[in-house]
Amino acid sequence: MSKSKSAYSTPGKQGKFDTHIIVVWVDNEAGVLARVVGLFSGRGYNIESLTVAEIDPKLNISRITIVTTGTPQVIEQIKLQLKKLVPVHKVADFKREDKKIIFKEMALFKVVGNKLKKEKALKACKKYNPVILDKTNRSYVIQITALRREIDIMSKNLKKFGLASVSRTGAVAMTRGSEIFK
Amino acid sequence: MSKLYSGAEIVFKCLEDQGVEFVFGYPGGAVLPIYDELKNFNFLKHILVRHEQGAGHAAEGYARSSGKPGVLIVTSGPGATNAVTALTDAYMDSVPLVCISGQVPTHLIGTDAFQEADTTGITRPCTKHNWLVKDIKELGKTIHKAFEVATSGRPGPVLVDIPKDVQFQKTSYIKFKKQKKLNGKVHNQFSQKDIDELIKLMSKASKPIFYTGGGVINSGPKASELLRELVSTTGFPITTTLQGLGSYPGEDGQFLGMLGMHGSYEANNAMHDCDLMINIGARFDDRITGKLDEFSPKSKKVHVDIDPSSINKNVKVDLPIIGDVAEVITSTIKTIKKVKPNFAKSNKQKISKWWEKIQKWRSVNSFDFVNSTETIKPQYAVQRLYELTKNKDTYITTEVGQHQMWAAQHYKFDKPNRWMTSGGLGTMGYGLPAAVGVQVAHPKKLVIDIAGEASVLMTMQEMSTAVQYSLPIKIFILNNEYMGMVRQWQELLHDKNYSESYTAALPDFVKLAEAYGCVGIRATRPEELDDKIIEMINTDRPVIFDCLVDKEENCFPMIPSGKPHNQMLLGPKDQKQNKITGKGKTLV
Repeated sequence: MSKSKSAYSTPGKQGKFDTHIIVVWVDNEAGVLARVVGLFSGRGYNIESLTVAEIDPKLNISRITIVTTGTPQVIEQIKLQLKKLVPVHKVADFKREDKKIIFKEMALFKVVGNKLKKEKALKACKKYNPVILDKTNRSYVIQITALRREIDIMSKNLKKFGLASVSRTGAVAMTRGSEIFK
Repeated sequence: MSKLYSGAEIVFKCLEDQGVEFVFGYPGGAVLPIYDELKNFNFLKHILVRHEQGAGHAAEGYARSSGKPGVLIVTSGPGATNAVTALTDAYMDSVPLVCISGQVPTHLIGTDAFQEADTTGITRPCTKHNWLVKDIKELGKTIHKAFEVATSGRPGPVLVDIPKDVQFQKTSYIKFKKQKKLNGKVHNQFSQKDIDELIKLMSKASKPIFYTGGGVINSGPKASELLRELVSTTGFPITTTLQGLGSYPGEDGQFLGMLGMHGSYEANNAMHDCDLMINIGARFDDRITGKLDEFSPKSKKVHVDIDPSSINKNVKVDLPIIGDVAEVITSTIKTIKKVKPNFAKSNKQKISKWWEKIQKWRSVNSFDFVNSTETIKPQYAVQRLYELTKNKDTYITTEVGQHQMWAAQHYKFDKPNRWMTSGGLGTMGYGLPAAVGVQVAHPKKLVIDIAGEASVLMTMQEMSTAVQYSLPIKIFILNNEYMGMVRQWQELLHDKNYSESYTAALPDFVKLAEAYGCVGIRATRPEELDDKIIEMINTDRPVIFDCLVDKEENCFPMIPSGKPHNQMLLGPKDQKQNKITGKGKTLV
């Protein structure tokens, strides 16, 4: 071990990291996103993706969906720290593997090339509900909805069909069935 | 139609409704409308500081010694940024502060206007919450909410940023009505089942210990009384953190002294060997736990805290109890009385071996030091100060460093709210302005800042505040010409390379005192110390006491270097002193 002369302890054993989706209901007010994001960066938590939009204009509520990784202890801290923020109403936490939850991300692909390439690209997207949002002689803009890893793969695969630009959202999540998270 | 008030007037209406009597502040361009109204509100006394950091620490001293929130008013830009250290300090040590800052007019926000800073952005991570009030109609509501957030649950600082144009605008004022709930954030979540579980653990334990912290003090004086009752009912030993000093009488037989890096040998060993640890209002800080992997390996751990995010943050516990300390202890005592009325008696036998072990550790006398007839030992100076002031209900503040640890070790407190020190953030320069705030809250009491010469120079300008308001604070400087704690670490860990830790051009503190218009006293020899301290106590004006102490004294005992609680480094009297080596250096 190197002779560290720090005033602090050395790190202990690191636990296993899990991927979690944290959903936060907040008052839609100035600075609320900065509070949530600042909490993550300030305490060294990860953010893989983040989605936020107002969901109830009457009650002025926004829903933030954050994909994060951490040890069980860190995930627990993230939830408890979020709940302490004044504009936060409730916090839900789902494991990536949880079968009761639907996760979706959206991506836009711009494919530039001849007709053959464009059609091949569209065909490759078939599994992920492709919608052509714009078409010209030389290009398509295709929208798909899928899981993160699937979009990762598609962004790679479409390269050979003339993929020129990718734009994607973070994840949104919702429970299956009639139940809602209270 | 109801009467219309300007934003500036509304600020004062709110402070009046909140029962605020003192504010600490400093005027400037963006708060001038507020200062203009000051003369019209006689309920309030404004204390003009010399630097906004001083306003913050003074408000902290006021809050911690009185149990009421501290209020400060600062201007935009540099006024607000100067207050950031104090806000962060209050955030770390859970002190309720309400900071009202001026801001440039709304139409200039974002244009890099004169004295503009993104105050809510800068203070977001060091406050519980903050607000930029752009709409005059929101102002009254926001300030009342600010007080509620600052004082509820785990207390802490908040900031309300008010643009100058909003201070001029007019609206009606709605009188404050106290609400019960804050956004559904409930603070007492514990149930009788938790208490029953706690009592079950307590009656099974043969090596129990109470480990209590600042949460007991924040819960109010009643919590400290209840804690005494609980400790005597159970017969268990008790140790407190730095911030918990005063929640339990320092001279009581069941008290093991402070724990942690410079805590007592008996407290740290008992923490390591115990089979039941009951944490009440403390947070398993890294200065307390030492090496986490080996922290109290054989104990069941109970954690009583009002802040759910404190649970399992650093140390995994077996029984979390989320609630206000006073309420948890009340339920516990009530249940013990009902279920096990003879708890102490029936338990005495069971924990008698434990007490024998503790007495053995105690006999090491770990706060001991080698006294001298030639130079004043800093520990001796604190001991004499204690003996000569203990019957006066004295309030002690400190700066940060060796003197702070010696004060914690040798000054014994028997009441809460008498000890104000910067623990979490470790802010040098805290003690002098904090003493100003304490004296404002308790004008008739003896208030002493046990200081180091390096720390005190960071906020020395507040002596001028003390003189202006005739606040007879006593600045008791243990002057060793070094940043003592830095020097100690350099001696023990960095091969005596005393890099930049010696202050070669210190001021003459006696002359400095005179320059400020207060009294300077100097003690250089042990035999004159008592007389000089008595002279200080009898002076009804602010005093700077320059106590020249041994320059190279180290603060012992200490938990060194990659070691758990049961391997403390003792002072020079201990023959078996081990040198700190390689791996160990990282933990000091």
